[in-house]
Amino acid sequence: MEAKTEHKEQLKVLDGNRAAAYGVMLCQPDVVCVYPITPQTPLLETLYEFRSKGLLRAEMLEPESEHASMSILRGASASGARTFTATAAQGLMFMYEACINVATMRLPVVMVIVCRELTAPHGVTCGEQDAISAKDAGWIQIHTESCQEILDSIIMAYRLSESPDVLVPVTICYDGYFLSHLWEQVYIPSIEAVQRFLPPLQMAPVIDPQSSMIISPFLPPGGGTEYRYKHSAALERAKIKYETIDKEFQEAFNRSYGGTIEEYKCEDAEIVLITMGSCTGTARTVIDQKRDEGVKVGLIKVRMYRPFPKERLLDALKGKKAIGVIDRNICFGWNQGALSTDLKATAYELRTFVPIVNFIGGLCGADITKGHIARAIDETNLVAKGNAFREVMWLDLE
Amino acid sequence: MKKMSSYEAPWGKGAQLFIIRTGEWRYQRPVVSGDKCCQCGSCYLFCPVGCIEDKGKYYAANGDYCKGCGICASVCSANAIKMVREDGS
Repeated sequence: MEAKTEHKEQLKVLDGNRAAAYGVMLCQPDVVCVYPITPQTPLLETLYEFRSKGLLRAEMLEPESEHASMSILRGASASGARTFTATAAQGLMFMYEACINVATMRLPVVMVIVCRELTAPHGVTCGEQDAISAKDAGWIQIHTESCQEILDSIIMAYRLSESPDVLVPVTICYDGYFLSHLWEQVYIPSIEAVQRFLPPLQMAPVIDPQSSMIISPFLPPGGGTEYRYKHSAALERAKIKYETIDKEFQEAFNRSYGGTIEEYKCEDAEIVLITMGSCTGTARTVIDQKRDEGVKVGLIKVRMYRPFPKERLLDALKGKKAIGVIDRNICFGWNQGALSTDLKATAYELRTFVPIVNFIGGLCGADITKGHIARAIDETNLVAKGNAFREVMWLDLE
Repeated sequence: MKKMSSYEAPWGKGAQLFIIRTGEWRYQRPVVSGDKCCQCGSCYLFCPVGCIEDKGKYYAANGDYCKGCGICASVCSANAIKMVREDGS
């Protein structure tokens, strides 16, 4: 990805965590409250480094747990501060109660989830089970593919979250190790350019010690229904808003990620592979190879997983003969991945039957290799040509 | 669509946020003898719903929100609070 922007961008070699820290620093949050957890810790360490060098002016608090960190941000955000936290795996599970609280209070908190497999078996390996387990928390969830995309997505996340017609917290998710510890070249925009793109947070009302305020009151039965309705409507608006923000980001920084989804060689494709997260990069390479072999295959990267961008997916999938979906997670009780089940719910509106084959891979730190993706494309192609339809294939087990 | 408030989320300033009157759940209420109250503020600090109000010379519960749990009477060092049943028995 070439940066041909007129304003000066600094080129550095960074891993995902450091790229995220640069993204946060450029947005200048007022309060940062992070509890360290592998593989997120270097992100926190880099933020402290920025703080000590005076590059980050945020108040940095040391919480006793993830639950505390999110609860502290709940208060900070309600008092009008721009906030940031980050976590992974078990930390997110411990934080979950406060996450729901922040989302249903519609506070524009931005969080990073460095995707890590949930135990058991014990380990600190990659897997997207943590982020997927939080899909119904009422947050906007964005999955990224490269270190550059992590940095840029954090800047866009604050824009989206703080939009007065959205006001929903956002998580930026990236795969542990495969991105968090992988070094790539990253263009760092100037802080002035980011400040032009991201105006200061304007929130009203905010907590004010001088006048009393009602926060999350005890409502009679049914009294909260309209807040659920409004929250859901805001998430629908967020999908449209994000497409605009992506365009504005392109104008300002000359980089675009396609908005809620990114299509790659899809226009004339007969079959489509759908991915999320770091395995998308590998998939691009394999798609190119398969195209050379004459297979008409395209790729869709789902960037915004919540709210689910079903309108754009429906447009992109119209007329395709078969769809393959790669999931780095498992939706227990469905014997499929979460992206696959969501996609099947979306495909109902296609009104014609399109076989959707699910491939589960990359669990518990396993790699999703070029070989895996080639097999997924071959299998999807066979289904498109009339072979017996298979619901799910576990890439590492067969 | 039927809506009760113009708020986007259940928090804000003003009277539009309807709050349930937890006082309606009560079967007993705290009765404070103003001359016994030493204004130590224990009841104010311990009240789980935060309904104790400073009345100048003594503290008393706001009946709209007091659930009648009796914690204030229990922590009162001056024995100034008695719990009285709402049905008068």
